[in-house]
Formats: sequence, C-alpha cells, structure tokens
Amino acid sequence: MSLSLRNVRKSYREPGGHLLPVLNVEQFDLNSGEQAVLLGQSGGGKTTLLNVIAGISTADAGEIRIGGVDLASLPEPARDRFRAERIGFIFQTFHLLPAFSALENVLLGMSFSGQSNKAYARELLTRVGLEQRLDHRPAQLSVGEQQRVSVARALANRPQLMLADEPTASVDVANQELILKLIRETCEENQIALLLVTHSQEVASQFGRVEQLAEFNRAAQG
Amino acid sequence: MSLFAIAWKSLRQRWLASTLTSLSVALGVALMVAILIVNSVVDTMFSQTGSGYSLIIGANGSETQLVMSTIYRMDKPIENLPWRYFTEWQEHKWVKQAVPVNLGDTSEEGNFPIVGTTPQYFSIDPVPGQPYRMKYTEGDTFDSTWDAVIGSQVARTNGWTLGSQFKMVHAGQDDHVHDELFTVKGILAPSGTPNDRTVFVHIDGFFMLDGHDKPIEEAISREMNFFDETREEVEERYKADLADIRAHAAEEASGDHAHHHHDHSVSDLQKEVTAILLQLKDDDFGNRALGIQSQVKETLRVQAVRPVGVMKRLMDNLVGNVKDAFLFLTALIIAVSGIGIFVSIYNSMADRRREIAIMRALGARRQTVFAIILCESLLLCLLGGLLGVLLGHGLVFVTSPMIEQKAGLLVDPYAFSPLEWIVLPVMILLAVLTGVLPGVTAYRTDVADGLSH
Repeated sequence: MSLSLRNVRKSYREPGGHLLPVLNVEQFDLNSGEQAVLLGQSGGGKTTLLNVIAGISTADAGEIRIGGVDLASLPEPARDRFRAERIGFIFQTFHLLPAFSALENVLLGMSFSGQSNKAYARELLTRVGLEQRLDHRPAQLSVGEQQRVSVARALANRPQLMLADEPTASVDVANQELILKLIRETCEENQIALLLVTHSQEVASQFGRVEQLAEFNRAAQG
Repeated sequence: MSLFAIAWKSLRQRWLASTLTSLSVALGVALMVAILIVNSVVDTMFSQTGSGYSLIIGANGSETQLVMSTIYRMDKPIENLPWRYFTEWQEHKWVKQAVPVNLGDTSEEGNFPIVGTTPQYFSIDPVPGQPYRMKYTEGDTFDSTWDAVIGSQVARTNGWTLGSQFKMVHAGQDDHVHDELFTVKGILAPSGTPNDRTVFVHIDGFFMLDGHDKPIEEAISREMNFFDETREEVEERYKADLADIRAHAAEEASGDHAHHHHDHSVSDLQKEVTAILLQLKDDDFGNRALGIQSQVKETLRVQAVRPVGVMKRLMDNLVGNVKDAFLFLTALIIAVSGIGIFVSIYNSMADRRREIAIMRALGARRQTVFAIILCESLLLCLLGGLLGVLLGHGLVFVTSPMIEQKAGLLVDPYAFSPLEWIVLPVMILLAVLTGVLPGVTAYRTDVADGLSH
C-alpha cells in the first residue's frame, strides 16, 4: 500500500497565542512494500509527521493518501477504523498497557479492528521470540522484550503500512540490532511498507532509502 | 477481547481502589436489602395477618393492645370476659363463627405464648385464601382435652414432635407451673405469622388448669356487673351448676374426695374468655361489622375492633414512617457510595490518559473508550450490588434469630423480597451517572498529547 503526502501543513499554537509551524511537507511518497528512514533531529517534527499520517492528529492542510484513500477526508470514526485495520504503529516507548499480559496486549491491538485471533497473536509472539513470555506483563519483561511485544502488536492486524517512531531509541545496543532486523524482516515478509523515523545515523545506515527530514520539511528549515 | 474484559483488566490493575469502592456500594445495598426484607415481613405480618377475622371482641381498652395481644401475641391481654358473653356471640344471627381465644400463659420450655381455643380456630384463615396447613396430623387432631397444636418455630426451637408432652406456666405473680401435661397432636406449617411461635391448647384443658376456673363468688359478682343482673338472676341461671359445685366443695372439705380435683368439668359460670374472634356470615360490604361495632360501643365494658383497620393505622402512622426513614437513609448511603465510585474513576482518569491514548492510537474509537469507562463503572456497581445482595441476605440470615427474639418478628432467613429486583436498575443507573463524566473525559482525550505523557 503506497503512501503519498502533498502540501501537508501542521502548526501548534504556543501559549502566547502564536502559531508554531511544525510540518510543511510539499511532497513525500512511499511505495507499497518499500522501506524508508526519515532522519531528523529531536524536535524536527518526526513524531508529529507519523501522527498525522496515522490520523492520530489532523493536518491543518494538505493531502495524505494511503493506498489511494485520502485520510483527511474521512470522518474520525472511519479514520480510527482505517488506522486499526491498515496501519501498524511502533512507538519509541512501546506504549504497552501495564495491566495486560504480552498476549493480551497483542489481542488488544486486534480488538479495535474487530478481529480477535488468539492463535495468530501467539504466532506473532513466537515469531518475535517470546513464546515463553506470553502471560508475562510488561513489568515482567525486559525493555527489549517489551519492544518485541509492541512489534507483534503492530503486526496484529496484518497492516499494509508500518510506522515506527524511534523504535530502538529506548533499547540497549544489543537489542537495537535485533529489533531493527525483526521490523525489517517482518515487513519484508508481509510486503508492508515501512516508514521509520530516527535521529540515529547508525540506524539509518541500514536502510537503502534515507531521507533527511530537514530537507523536505520546510517548517523545520525555519 | 470484549469491552468488559478490557474494563475488568483495568479494574484489577487498581484492585485496592476498585475493591473499596465496590465494597462501599455493597454496604449500601446490603442495608437496603435487609430493610426491604424486614419491611416486607412487617408489612405482610401487620397488613395481612388477622385480616381473615371480621372483628375481634375484647375487654374495653386500647384497640391496638387488643389486636396486638390477640393476633400478634406481642402485648399483654387486657382483661377477661365472661364465657356467657362468648356464647351470646355464637348465637348472633350475623355471626358465622365465633372463636374464643384465651391468653396469658406460656409454655414452660421456650416461653412461647399459649392460646387456649377450640378446633374452630383453625377453620378461619388468618389471611384470606391462606388456610392453616398442618404439617403433621395424627388421627383427630386437637379434639380432646389435653391436645395441643404447635407452631413451626415452637417445634423447631423446643425440638417437639408429634406426641411430645409439655407443661404450661401460669401467668401470674408466682409463675406457677401447671402439673398437667398437654400432648402435641399437630404441627403447623411455617406461615410467617405469629402462629409460628404459638402453642395452641384445647380450651377444655385450658379451663381445667389450676387457677383458670374463676372462684365462684368472684364469678357471680363479675357476671352481675357485666350483665347488670341481680345475684338471684345469676344464681337462677346457673342453678344446676352451682349445686354441683357446692356439693363438690363439700366433698373436698370432708376429705371424701379421692379423685383429682380437675377431673370434673368446669362450669360455664367459672369460665372466661380473653378475646372473641368473629367471622361474619356475609359482611354486606363491612356494614354488619360496623353495625356490631356501634352496638358494642353502647356498653363501656367491651370493644369490637376490625384488626385490618387497626393494623393499617399502626403501619401508616408508625411503621410506615420508620420504613420511609430507613429507605431514605439507605438511598443516601447508596448515593454516597456512588460519589465514591465517581471520585475513584474520575481520579484515575488523569493517570490513564496515556492508556486511553494508546487504545485510541491502536484504532479504538472515542465511543469505544467511553464505553470501556462506562463498563468499568457498571462492573463496580453491579459487583458491588451483587455483593450487597449477598451481604444483605447474610445479614438477615444472621440477625433473624435476634430479630425474632427481640421484636417477635419472624423473618425467614432465606426470605427474598421481590422489591430487591430494584437493585439491578438502581445499580445500572448509578453506574451510568458515575461513569458518564469520566467517560466523557476519556472520549475527549487528545491522543497525541496522551501519548507524549
């Protein structure tokens, strides 16, 4: 599923009432099954960009098309449904629910798209090497394991677009490579387009397509 | 994963706060259930028991005292009336049945009230349509002088069965125990009425007990006063009886009397009755009862009361107000626990912004997170309500023997008041009221902002 952004703008209102432009992307495209990295510094609008693409935040202007669907034109409930069914999201700080076990966290990801498949959830957790940790709660898992659960959760609804926000920033070096490999391989296996944002040159160097956020985000250029 | 499962997980995460808030609801509901059960028992007992009798006739005094002592055995009887007065009612043209009730004594074991009466007592339904059900019968129950029928509670407490024998304690200054033994010939099925804790003895046996036959001179002067008759008129009426009694007394004085003095039958002159239960042939929409009441009013010595009217008044004026006050307090307790639930959920919302934002980021709609919060409040209220119903019944189960002992109210430990079903809609309403505002907070949560926390 392809992603295309055209003239996407987003500003935040500052406490003083002034508008602070965060995003101003004239054009960005990602083909179906393609993997790309957006490299940018902290505060460069990376997370805002992913939120806008996922429909978590709305853009002030512009067009965001995912698989030909203009996300901005959809009413909010349809956008939520679209996100649940088509987009996988991996967060920097994992965002696992503490009251739920690893398996339940994955199942929770499935719940909102209306498809709950326990066998597939187990399969995903086995795929990320957590078959022995199904009933462990996040607090009982290591940081690396937690991020692997979040990868499994992001894959739960067989998404066509995977958004990863600094997925290795919170894990140790040993796990960084493992997590990255896991994300890349599973996306490749399932023909999922992957857009990963990071500030790490090291992470970026592992990808064939690397875009400097500052180059196409005019807002970041000041 | 269902919304309830998600809500349940969240409640378990905050188990201490959840348990405490649910418990506060449970306590309110428990009180409500206990009050409803006790109230329905009081209501049934006071508004229905005795409604099968058209009138109760007894010595003049408090109407309430007459009803409470005759039907409920909760008060002291007023005074006795001459037996002849009872026989007059038996022959009254409007009266279908007149049943004598003699009160005052208690069983030696268990201290249960004794009612001396005739077998006809059991032919009038105490509550219309609910005839007496004899749990066990053996031959001609309650037909002979020393026969007795006991209430279910008496049988249970004293461990009496058919054929058990017992003695009575004479109500008086000395609490004298009568020598005579009565035999249990029947046990009444539980009815939730005061009959459950009453011992009925045959009136013939009752009269033959020491002190139950009025001394002859007292009996004559009482008859003279009551019927406004001269001594001669009274003596003439009981001429045969008096001759027999005097001959018997002479025999006793001379020492020839070899038999037990109770072996003779008691003269009607010496008999008394505490109250008379009347069932009218056809009450003509209550007009006959009214007619009898006004007829009786002309004399200062007796009163005729309609038990239903007296009890309704008592219920409305006293018991009803107490019930309303209790129910109001209970409603207040439940409202306070509702506020507790609201505070608990609402306070948790600040900590849960991230949790809600994560769910929204995973594709949960605003309505979904609103529903999850509502499910939480519903679970807290329903579990609290369920626990409250169980606790309430537990409370009734534990306290029913005490209530019976202290207030004479028979509360079935397993009683269920149909009004208890009100708990369900009340809990749902409470859940909605307490869950809406936190739910709206969840609904409005800004996802991007929530995720950044």
